[in-house]
Amino acid sequence: MKKARFGFGIALHLMASMALLAPPALACNSEGQRVIALGGAVTEIVYALGAGDRLVAVDSTSRYPQAATKLPDVGYYRQLGAEGLLSLAPDLILADPGAGPPVVLQQVESTGVCIKRIAEAKGAASIGARVRDIAKALKREDAGRILADHLDARFVAIQKSHAAIGTKPRVLFLLSVAAGAPVAAGRNTHADEIIRMAGADNAVSFEGYKPLSPEATAAAVPGALLMMSHAVTEAGGKDTILTLPSIRFTPAGRNGQLIAMDGLLLLGFGPRTPDAITTLMDRLHGARHQPAAP
Amino acid sequence: MTPIPARELMDKITQKRMQKHRLLAFLVMALVIAIIANIGIGSYGIPPLRLLAILGAQIGLDLPGSFSAQDEAIVLAIRLPRVFTGLGVGAGLALAGAALQGLFRNPLAEPGLVGVSAGAALAAVAMIVLGGGSFYIASFDLTPYALPLAAFGGGLLATALIHGLARRLPGDPVATMLLVGIAINAVAGAGIGIFQYASDDTQLRLLSFWLMGGLGHASWTATLPALVLITIGGITILSRAMALDAYLLGSAEAGHLGIKTQSLARVMIVATALMVGAAVAVSGIISFVGLVVPHLVRTIIGPDHRTVLPASALLGAFLMLMADLLARTLISPAELPIGLVTSALGGPAFLWLLFRYHSGRF
Repeated sequence: MKKARFGFGIALHLMASMALLAPPALACNSEGQRVIALGGAVTEIVYALGAGDRLVAVDSTSRYPQAATKLPDVGYYRQLGAEGLLSLAPDLILADPGAGPPVVLQQVESTGVCIKRIAEAKGAASIGARVRDIAKALKREDAGRILADHLDARFVAIQKSHAAIGTKPRVLFLLSVAAGAPVAAGRNTHADEIIRMAGADNAVSFEGYKPLSPEATAAAVPGALLMMSHAVTEAGGKDTILTLPSIRFTPAGRNGQLIAMDGLLLLGFGPRTPDAITTLMDRLHGARHQPAAP
Repeated sequence: MTPIPARELMDKITQKRMQKHRLLAFLVMALVIAIIANIGIGSYGIPPLRLLAILGAQIGLDLPGSFSAQDEAIVLAIRLPRVFTGLGVGAGLALAGAALQGLFRNPLAEPGLVGVSAGAALAAVAMIVLGGGSFYIASFDLTPYALPLAAFGGGLLATALIHGLARRLPGDPVATMLLVGIAINAVAGAGIGIFQYASDDTQLRLLSFWLMGGLGHASWTATLPALVLITIGGITILSRAMALDAYLLGSAEAGHLGIKTQSLARVMIVATALMVGAAVAVSGIISFVGLVVPHLVRTIIGPDHRTVLPASALLGAFLMLMADLLARTLISPAELPIGLVTSALGGPAFLWLLFRYHSGRF
């Protein structure tokens, strides 16, 4: 016991002095000619800015456009390895805020690679800001301004078209229905924002993603279910989901209202988000309420 | 049964001792090779000469071969801390496993099974979800160490609970300790589940790292304090190898041999909690090593703790380093979870050894 306590004291002292030993970080110097994009939407924006040829690698969530899937894959963007990133000799890493672990990015940064952390996607206005951020890091400010302005204009048009919507449908986004227990998106989620941007109401109002009990599902009275296509396939297809006991008796279940959309398109918050919203509006409200093209 | 002549017996003992020394020497060599391989090989290519030049430059030697600041940073800030973390965690977990198996006289005892790892992980998870802000003890800023300290405290608390509760139960103390450990494991698992449910997106990501385990978070700031704790625990355990041998005869018998069994158990348990807590603090939960490595060693060389303990530490470190080497190079530039590799490598190797050394004995 005595030994252990003594050792613990030493350890505390050592720990306190350790922070000083960390090697000094190298300054970053970026031309942005060898770029790694981390995050599906970040990759989409790089391509939309016409800088796809500068990418040397992407993460495994970058599934669009097709060209991105041909590039080396550094793994899931939340579970990166420092040396793996460095082995591609990047001079610039464009990182979604979710990219990490943070320690790994710090390690990479300490070797002199520039890491541009892109602002969080929150609300329609943030997409334009993200585009400008990335354009600046790639030194393509002009292309960035044009794309961002175009996106902003489309969001304004979408917002205007909301006026034509009578009663807002209640939409329930289900992340997965694995083992019959649906996980739904509440407030402060990308799915919630997309639902509201499409002129609908989120059928549930808790924070974040939570599993939904059968009773809570019924109490949400969803008029339509919204899911990512791959989650629909994983759960055994549309019919299986619509006949689940917890869903069958909801309005959505009775009317067969299950909207499946590509996950990256729907929740990516990239340049295709206006397309995702108009597609969703089309399915929810019918073609009458389409926003005018800007 | 004819008595064995004294001469022959002496020869046998000498032979066995030689065998043990050979095994230890072999393991040391294997470990040195593993360390060199881990420093030299990675998805970012650094040729051997350049590597030597980088390492030489650190101790003031001017060796031929030029290197960029980035090469140097990769070796010093990414590979070396990772190698040392792997060394410490592998050796610590295997040694803790060997000590617990000796103490509980049960080959199934393992930091993961008796709840120490789960206790450490629960505390770490609680710190991630509830913590935040700064922590000071006197004038030391302990904020970067809050997580490792919490993990360590959790491991210690779980061990103390297991030890304390099991003592109050009648019957075979070893069996009760395992059963209590399993209960603690379940409770800690439930606690982790609750925190997972309550966590937000960012916290959840940190949590999943802790629960999957890995060496990718290695940095000097986290690694050095953990190494100090593991070394202290390791020396404590290694210095009591003879007492553990006596303990194998049974608690009462060990007492007759002059071993203070109560204090031995307490010291051992604190030392294992120290090591496991520190290991979990830097690398999350990596199972398998603590259970299987001591078995491997015992299968090869027999139950003498003076050999089993150091050999377990060496083999544990070796296995961890080789597993990490594969984890970070196999699907480069991405990485595999190390737990996957340790199990995929260790499982078949263990089976092979079981059949090779035990066949004919069952």
